[in-house]
Amino acid sequence: MNISAVSLELASLSLGLLTIILGLIFPSFRSKNTGGYLAIMGLISMLIGSLYLPASNTQTFINTFYVQDSLALFFKQLFIVVAIFVNAMSLRYLKPYTKNRGDYFALTFFALTGMMIMASAAEFITLYIGLELMTFTFVLLTTYKKQDLKSGEAGLKYLLLSAISSGVLLYGLSLIYGLTGKLDFSAISTVFSIGSVSPLLVWAIIMVLSGLGFKIALVPFHMWTPDVYEGAPTPITAFLAVGSKAAGFVAFIRVFFHVFAPFTSIFMPLLITLTVLTLLIGNLIALAQTHLKRFLAYSSIAHVGYILLGVIAYSKLGLSAILFYLMLYLFANIGAFAGVTALVINTGHDRISDLAGLWKCSPFLSVIFLISLLSLAGIPPTAGFIGKFYLFTEAIHQGYLWLAALALGLSLVAVYYYLMVIRTLLSGTSEETQPFIIPFSLRLVMIVSAAMTIGIGIWPGPFTDLALNIAQSFY
Amino acid sequence: MDQFTWLIPTLPLIAFLIIVGITYRFKLLSAIVATSFSLGSLFLAISILIQKIQSPKTTETFINWLTLTANQQTVLTLQMGYLMDPLAAVMCLIVTLIATLVLLYSIGYMKGDDGFSRYFAYISLFTFSMLGLVISNNYFQTFVFWELVGLCSYLLIGFWFFKPAAADASKKAFITNRWADFGFLVGIIGLFTHFGTFNFAELSTVISLHQNTLVLLILGLLVFLGPMGKSAMFPFHVWLPDAMEGPTPISALIHAATMVAAGIYLVARGYILFASVDSVMIVIAYIGGFTALFAATIALVQRDIKRILAFSTLSQLGYMMMALGVGSMTSGMFHLTTHAFFKALLFLGAGSIIHAVHDQDIFNMGGLVKKMPITVWTFVIGSLALSGIFPLAGFWSKDEILTVTLQHHFMGLFILGTLVAFLTAFYMFRLIFIALFGDNRSGHHAHESSWTMTLPLLILAILSIIAGLVNTPWFYQWTGMSFSTFLFFKEPEVPVIHWSIAVLSSLAAMSGILFAWIIYSKQQISADKLAQRFKGAHTLLLKKYYIDEIYGWLFNKGLLGLGKVFNFIDHILIDGLFDGTATLIRSSGVQLRLFQTGRLQQYALVLFIAIAAMTIWGVR
Repeated sequence: MNISAVSLELASLSLGLLTIILGLIFPSFRSKNTGGYLAIMGLISMLIGSLYLPASNTQTFINTFYVQDSLALFFKQLFIVVAIFVNAMSLRYLKPYTKNRGDYFALTFFALTGMMIMASAAEFITLYIGLELMTFTFVLLTTYKKQDLKSGEAGLKYLLLSAISSGVLLYGLSLIYGLTGKLDFSAISTVFSIGSVSPLLVWAIIMVLSGLGFKIALVPFHMWTPDVYEGAPTPITAFLAVGSKAAGFVAFIRVFFHVFAPFTSIFMPLLITLTVLTLLIGNLIALAQTHLKRFLAYSSIAHVGYILLGVIAYSKLGLSAILFYLMLYLFANIGAFAGVTALVINTGHDRISDLAGLWKCSPFLSVIFLISLLSLAGIPPTAGFIGKFYLFTEAIHQGYLWLAALALGLSLVAVYYYLMVIRTLLSGTSEETQPFIIPFSLRLVMIVSAAMTIGIGIWPGPFTDLALNIAQSFY
Repeated sequence: MDQFTWLIPTLPLIAFLIIVGITYRFKLLSAIVATSFSLGSLFLAISILIQKIQSPKTTETFINWLTLTANQQTVLTLQMGYLMDPLAAVMCLIVTLIATLVLLYSIGYMKGDDGFSRYFAYISLFTFSMLGLVISNNYFQTFVFWELVGLCSYLLIGFWFFKPAAADASKKAFITNRWADFGFLVGIIGLFTHFGTFNFAELSTVISLHQNTLVLLILGLLVFLGPMGKSAMFPFHVWLPDAMEGPTPISALIHAATMVAAGIYLVARGYILFASVDSVMIVIAYIGGFTALFAATIALVQRDIKRILAFSTLSQLGYMMMALGVGSMTSGMFHLTTHAFFKALLFLGAGSIIHAVHDQDIFNMGGLVKKMPITVWTFVIGSLALSGIFPLAGFWSKDEILTVTLQHHFMGLFILGTLVAFLTAFYMFRLIFIALFGDNRSGHHAHESSWTMTLPLLILAILSIIAGLVNTPWFYQWTGMSFSTFLFFKEPEVPVIHWSIAVLSSLAAMSGILFAWIIYSKQQISADKLAQRFKGAHTLLLKKYYIDEIYGWLFNKGLLGLGKVFNFIDHILIDGLFDGTATLIRSSGVQLRLFQTGRLQQYALVLFIAIAAMTIWGVR
């Protein structure tokens, strides 16, 4: 028992509960943004506190079921950062949709807790519980625009499809338990390293791959993404696109880099096929989108494809490239979604054509879109360029030249569709001539994320070092 | 003090950011911010130079900005850092000093201009870039800042972008420099691939092991293309005269004292590279010498006051390059220093005159000496310094160059240099006798400029008088130092006055002034008749040897013709191929999109089919 290993989870849970209780005691707390400010403050202090947690040595909680290593800590900090951004984006955005905002902020804490549990889980049931906690909270958050039919539809789709994928995952887990009699990762991998390959085991791997693939929106388990992203409140879409996806990736990393390590020859061909599909589908369908949120949804699917190159490379540098990419992906996506939030607040729409003439209405917002989309497109001097560069070089280095070439070719297609959006907002004319009103908190989110996008792009050294250190200690 | 070197360029950068971000609307505040931050840099530069003289040692600090590894080996390291040695310290002092004076001057000169804040922001950005270039410790960083000063130059030449001439001139400057910078970049990359480093210090150790190899010859010439473009050596000189379309203080700062000297500075900085191949040095020397003569002859017949000064700058830059080429870094850098002072003085003086007369044609001026005495007399001091009259700054530095040319047995260049000295004195005093003295020819109502404009003139005039003393035997006897002390750590070269050369060059300069006096002041020989008599030569000079026309023809006929051929191939063949591909990809996106029906049952079906397919494939 080591309480400091779960200190962040405890803090997150208690802040969530505190928000609810305060809402029960003071009715005004629920209808005003006070809960949001409290949440942001709490999250920032958690982030600062997390910097003082020992990152170098691995701590465990209850045997080896729950580990707090540098990988877990990195992801937890990532989640906290996303949560801060999401709450700051929500403050003004929520106003027209609900009278009851206090619970919303409480729910973000529970989603955060779920993600943190996923980051630290070293045992399948714990992993599953974290995953479900996160998923159910997200279902609630997705449906938060109660008057909006689309929001409800998105929530229902997410709930049902998640249930199916959870079923698949659980089935895979039960097979593994049946084969090995163990549930914790290190014990299973010990058994696996001496065991032989059976059809049942292959099946189990496929089930786990499908279940986790659903969370990271791997094609063909991606079908929910565009619909849910479109229907959910925009800050929650950002939370899903960055937070939930990163949580899926940390589980993916732990399971495939560690537990299934002896069976690379089985899952690698599958993973490569699915990655190729993901790259193709994500990039090609993004071309045909007319709504910004759906567009960003497909773009995020395409990015899963790029990140999976790091998994396929299956090396220390590949892992560090994944971690680095997740950081820049966070800031670029938050920038883009914050931009969409501002657009929705001001115009009520989120079509790409609504961006026309934005340069005249709000140069600030245009610059934010510009930086974020250029980073997603991977154009220097933004961070996206460095990230893609690391991923592709490592893939080539590990002998996947053709795959890297395909990814490169498709990122050219991506450059086209990102630039089409940028062209719309830079040229184009709009009837709207009123200057945009962008709330301070949202403005701050945009400035920070754009600054980080440029900062990481110009001086990637410290960030690559961080990613490399974590990858080294995980290996 | 060394550890604060990074602050020298950072202060103007902060000023730039403050102006752009905060004080843009408050014009005077912008000017104050720019000037005071520049002043801060100046103080830092002075204290670092003093420290360098007291304890001459090089300090180098850098961070690895980007490290790329492949196969566990570092394949590329890009550094950002500074190298502070006496050479950099001297250059920092020149740049910050002139920048500060020009900023102060501009407060008066740019008064009432709509782009007042923009102007000060640009100058701050330029100062940052120039200082970043000066303290750079490697070729890569040098190139980055090299391009940044080019950008600032472009922005400032085209400052009045609504004037077509200014917009054209800015483009011309930028494009001409691109041609040169292309070679420069190839040269830098070549240096890296061949020697594995961008760092100046590391390169000089490696290069000193190779002498006169073919690779070094090629790389040396390629890298030299960069300085040729920035310092406007023939045949890249065409942009500099046109660059005079920018505001006059800009001409003083960028196109006379600092940026155009960056080429000279770079040759001095990477001297080991050029000095390791004899033929490169000879090329540098003769290109410099030729440019000096070529530009001086053109300056003889120009009518625009700023263009005369521009061609004079070209000519003097050629002089410096020649000095470097014959093998004397000290004299080249020394002339750079003195020239920075008196050429900035001349340009600022010209600006003051233009400000008062609202005309740039010297034949529309005249009779200014009574109306604006400070401007006129400081201008005369600047001209005397430029002509190389004893004991002003130009005398010492020009003399030094002629001496080294003779010492290294370049007889032809020596004669050429003396001839240029004569021409220089002639065209400068032609300008003075026509524009400043004589009668008021256009009925202008000139008046002396405000103190913010005359104070920099006075300071620069004093510097133009005394700066040369640093490299005299007397200064050496007094302090045990000469200008070379500031550049090297070695024992200082003992400056010696070579009386024969001094007398000869002084005679050349004096006779130049005398001729100008006879023709333009006394008017004993009619200038018009002379022009009639040598009509062919006169037109040739007036048309600047038709170089612009030749380039225009080459680009319009040659390059554009070639472009049309490629355009045809591109549009018919290649576009067809790519447009087809693009259409295919886009339509595939539209088709694939149809799978996303929004029906939940179908999504679940896809999911299960996928798992089934994977299972069949996996378990088979």
